[in-house]
Amino acid sequence: MTATIGRHAQAAARASDVWKVYGSGEAQVVALRGVSAEFERGQFTAIMGPSGSGKSTLMHCLAGLDSVTRGTVSIGETTVTGLGDAGLTNLRRDKVGFIFQQFNLLPTLTAKENILLPMSIAGRRPDPAWYDTVIDTVGLRDRLDHRPAQLSGGQQQRVACARALVARPEVIFADEPTGNLDSRSGAEVLNFLRNSVREHGQTIVMVTHDPTAAAYADRVVFLADGQIVSELIEPTADTVLDTMKKLDTPVITEVGN
Amino acid sequence: MFRATLKSLLARKVRLILSGLAVVLGVMFVSGAFVLTDTLGRSFDAVFADAYAGIDVNVAAKPKIAVDEAEGEQVAPAFPADVVGRVRAVPGVAEATGVVNADGARLIGSNGKVVTSFGPPQLGENWTGESDLVKLREGRAPQADDEIVVNAALATAAKVKVGDRVGALTAFESKRRDFTLVGTFGYSGGRDSVGGVNEIAFTTPAAQRLMLGKPDTFNSVTVRAAAGVTPEALRDDLTRALGPGYEVKTGEQLSTDAAAGLKEGLAFFNKVLLGFAAVALLVGTFLILNTFSIIVAQRTRELALMRAIGASGRQIIGSVVLEALAVGLIASVLGLGAGIGVGALLAWAFGTFAGGLTLAGLGVPPAAVVSAFAVGMLITVVAALLPALRAARIPPIAAMQDVATPDRPLTRLTVAGAVVTAVGGALLAVGLTGNAGDATLSVILGGVLFTFIGVALLTPLFSRPVVSLLGGLFAWSVPGRLGRLNSGRNPRRTAITAAALMVGIALVTGVTVILDSAKSSIAGRAASTVDAQLVISGAQTGPRPPVFDPAVVDRAAAVPGVNAVVGVYNDNAIVDGDRAYVVALTDLAAMGQIYHTTAQSGTIATLRPDQVALSVSGAKELGKSVGDRLTAQFARGEGPRTYTVTAVLPDDRAIGSIILPKQAGAEFTSPQPFTALVQLTPGTTVSQVQPQLEALVADSPEVSVADRATFIEQQTSGFDTLLTMIQILLALAIVIAVLGIINTLALSVLERTRELGLLRAIGLRRAQTMRMITVEAVVISVFGALLGVVVGAGLGAAVVRALKDEGITDLVLPWSQIGIFLGLAALIGVVAAALPAIRAARINVLGAIAHD
Ligand SMILES: Nc1ncnc2c1ncn2[C@@H]1O[C@H](COP(=O)(O)OP(=O)(O)OP(=O)(O)O)[C@@H](O)[C@H]1O
Ligand SMILES: [Mg+2]
Repeated sequence: MTATIGRHAQAAARASDVWKVYGSGEAQVVALRGVSAEFERGQFTAIMGPSGSGKSTLMHCLAGLDSVTRGTVSIGETTVTGLGDAGLTNLRRDKVGFIFQQFNLLPTLTAKENILLPMSIAGRRPDPAWYDTVIDTVGLRDRLDHRPAQLSGGQQQRVACARALVARPEVIFADEPTGNLDSRSGAEVLNFLRNSVREHGQTIVMVTHDPTAAAYADRVVFLADGQIVSELIEPTADTVLDTMKKLDTPVITEVGN
Repeated sequence: MFRATLKSLLARKVRLILSGLAVVLGVMFVSGAFVLTDTLGRSFDAVFADAYAGIDVNVAAKPKIAVDEAEGEQVAPAFPADVVGRVRAVPGVAEATGVVNADGARLIGSNGKVVTSFGPPQLGENWTGESDLVKLREGRAPQADDEIVVNAALATAAKVKVGDRVGALTAFESKRRDFTLVGTFGYSGGRDSVGGVNEIAFTTPAAQRLMLGKPDTFNSVTVRAAAGVTPEALRDDLTRALGPGYEVKTGEQLSTDAAAGLKEGLAFFNKVLLGFAAVALLVGTFLILNTFSIIVAQRTRELALMRAIGASGRQIIGSVVLEALAVGLIASVLGLGAGIGVGALLAWAFGTFAGGLTLAGLGVPPAAVVSAFAVGMLITVVAALLPALRAARIPPIAAMQDVATPDRPLTRLTVAGAVVTAVGGALLAVGLTGNAGDATLSVILGGVLFTFIGVALLTPLFSRPVVSLLGGLFAWSVPGRLGRLNSGRNPRRTAITAAALMVGIALVTGVTVILDSAKSSIAGRAASTVDAQLVISGAQTGPRPPVFDPAVVDRAAAVPGVNAVVGVYNDNAIVDGDRAYVVALTDLAAMGQIYHTTAQSGTIATLRPDQVALSVSGAKELGKSVGDRLTAQFARGEGPRTYTVTAVLPDDRAIGSIILPKQAGAEFTSPQPFTALVQLTPGTTVSQVQPQLEALVADSPEVSVADRATFIEQQTSGFDTLLTMIQILLALAIVIAVLGIINTLALSVLERTRELGLLRAIGLRRAQTMRMITVEAVVISVFGALLGVVVGAGLGAAVVRALKDEGITDLVLPWSQIGIFLGLAALIGVVAAALPAIRAARINVLGAIAHD
């Protein structure tokens, strides 16, 4: 039943035979059933699938936010599975960046402070040239001293993207980063993410429901019922939509080796 | 609505526990005070009823000078022994016994130290045989004048046994005298003491000489009525037979009167405790108000939804108030229970440590129950009222908005705070300048209360700048910076949490300022006016200070190197018909020398037996000047004596305002000096003379010779004790404030779960998370302490200024104490942060992000 895709030496994140079981007995939910996947360095991967298929769970496990029931997860050279809290914190500090659907920013800090927060927490100084590049790419230079409450939702998400990028993590995980945005702001954010992959070699894994959003990615991985069921390289909104329609039918296309 | 309230109450039980705990503690204090004083009161009733059980009627001479309970034990004056015969001759008297019974018989233990008593008297009496109450335990009755028996508790305390030679000090002999202990006695029911009283029983002649100072006298006659004669009837007959010089009371009256005095003291004690309870409750009110405000803010969406689906504003208020009532009710019940426990515990401790008081059964007076519920529920509801009103004003649209708690401007709050503070200041000004008449105390307390509330209302205004300044101290680290930002986030919440701490700290600081100022003023005055290098005196442990043989003064004067000695006696007397505090000196001339006194009028010389010197204020009060006469009646004087004023002395250069010759001292309650000031000749050192003076008082183990610095310290040590007691009582208010900090932080942590999750997600370590919360707590608590110190120092300084005319001339700001308070506040912050910080650090990152 194991599906494995994208065997490359250059994996930024890797899951091998990951199982995730919530609860026990009657209330037991198997969210992931032996997922194996590699996320290539410098690639923009989208994870798609019906609601409840285990997308968020997979992402959380990959990012070290949640523990796996079975199998191993690694980020770069680091094996995530088995790390304690301090190890996980270090991993998140140095190797991982996050963009959540909402509530990405501390309301007490300005945009600039929010962007620099992970670095200040880790006691690192940003590379000024890179910082400038990031700020210019997100186009927020005139908004740096504003607090989140004074920014639009799209601007807030762009600040969150900048925050994730500025530390140059091994991989950035984004869970429906455009889920709360209108199509225009969404497009801004997605363009920005794609550019950071194309131009700066950033690795990004993004969960989304939106075929248009998925079309920005280099590759789309489809999950259903806790398993990887399909994959698309160089997707377009149409091919994504097609694949999803297929997945909705009871016959599940199994993607072998 | 009711069910919804109940459900939401249960859902937030943890949040309400802490604020409920504040009410529990306050109510515990209130009901504990009632239970304690009630139990002690009934115990004393039992003690006195027991002590006077065998007496039908008691005859005593009318005291020349009435004494309050607060000033010491009433001394029943001695009367001639033949009164017993006159009593016996009255029809209806079956038996009349002459009794000597007076406070001031102190046994010297086997370790050479005087057995002291804190409170219960140390009676010296004549042995009148066994009775229903008194039973010999060991040995026999005293037969010779150098034989004594003591009660079993005293024998145990002194570690002496029958057959030992033991020393004792008596009311009229401050020098040690040795006796043979020939027996010990106990009381009915196998008790070793009644109410902690120590008793030494002598033969009648010895008791008369040592305890009354005159042979052939008694100070009461106990009477048994013949069969068929009621005590009341016999009392009336005896009153008629003996005339107006005697007080005749039934045993029952005697016991009620004796208990009444103590109960007055207990009632006062109760008021003091209730005062401190009120402070604790005030702080608790702040805490509850804050909790409900936060809860309402956090429930904004929920409440708005209820409004949107049709709940009226009044229903919303009702639901919040109902919640408060439930919390108040539960807290009152728990507080009452805890109060009964604490009251019982304290009563037990009092009975055990303050001298073997047999406790009457534990009682819960109605006042304890009524006040527990009234106070607990009222406080909670009053505190919840403001948040309830705010809840009712939440518009239904808030349900649809994301963040519905914008920072409202502080203008109205600030104006209200300024007005309330001004009212408080005005009340204080009126009270402290003595323009409030009888209501002075209430006006001052009202002023303090208004000031506190006013400052609390103003606190949000200061909180921004002060908190950011304080927080700046921690801004060097990221967690510190985040903590600082968080503490400045809800000015109201920070402010009220800090204000709760302010109350306790302000009161402690204020009291410290007042007491330190008084202490310094007294010490300063003593140091600048009294040119004496050594002082002979004893530390006071009972109702009266220890005294010594007047001959010591003469002998001290003869010691080489001593320039001048003055011995001082003191008492209350009736001067020209009014009660007044008087002193008698062995030598006014010596006092003049020691105080460098120059008479304002008249001359300073050793007073003749019919001369008196007055201070300027004493002369003014009595309306006398040099050459005028006045009459004085002393506690043990036969009749009034007449004196001529020979000198009027400046107030600050006189030992008292009415200064009498030493012959008058012999008629005082304690006919011996309690202090002697010794001036040395220039060039003589203290160490040359001190040992010789110490040898002079070697027979008076309670009396010692101290140099001036030590003496001043002894004199002012009472202030330190008082301060410690006040600090202990205020500690509860501070504990409640700490609960408040914990509560606020816990609620904030809960409220910021997502934020914490985010921070953890982007790499904040557990330790850093905890540090962030700790910084927030420390900033809040130091802010509160800072407010408290400023407000307290201000209040204290105001009181000190108002007392300038009473002799408190120095204003001492206790900087080191203030430093300690601030340091302590930081520590309090760290402690208060512990639980919320751990909770924050444990937050599950995933759960927090998904949190809604
Ligand atoms: N903490 C949890 N406890 C129990 N079950 C859980 C938990 N978290 C997720 N699940 C279950 O695991 C399965 C996968 O959930 P997951 O959140 O990964 O889905 P998703 O693909 O992200 O869905 P969506 O598109 O709605 O966000 C679901 O059936 C969900 O109910
Ligand atoms: Mg999801």
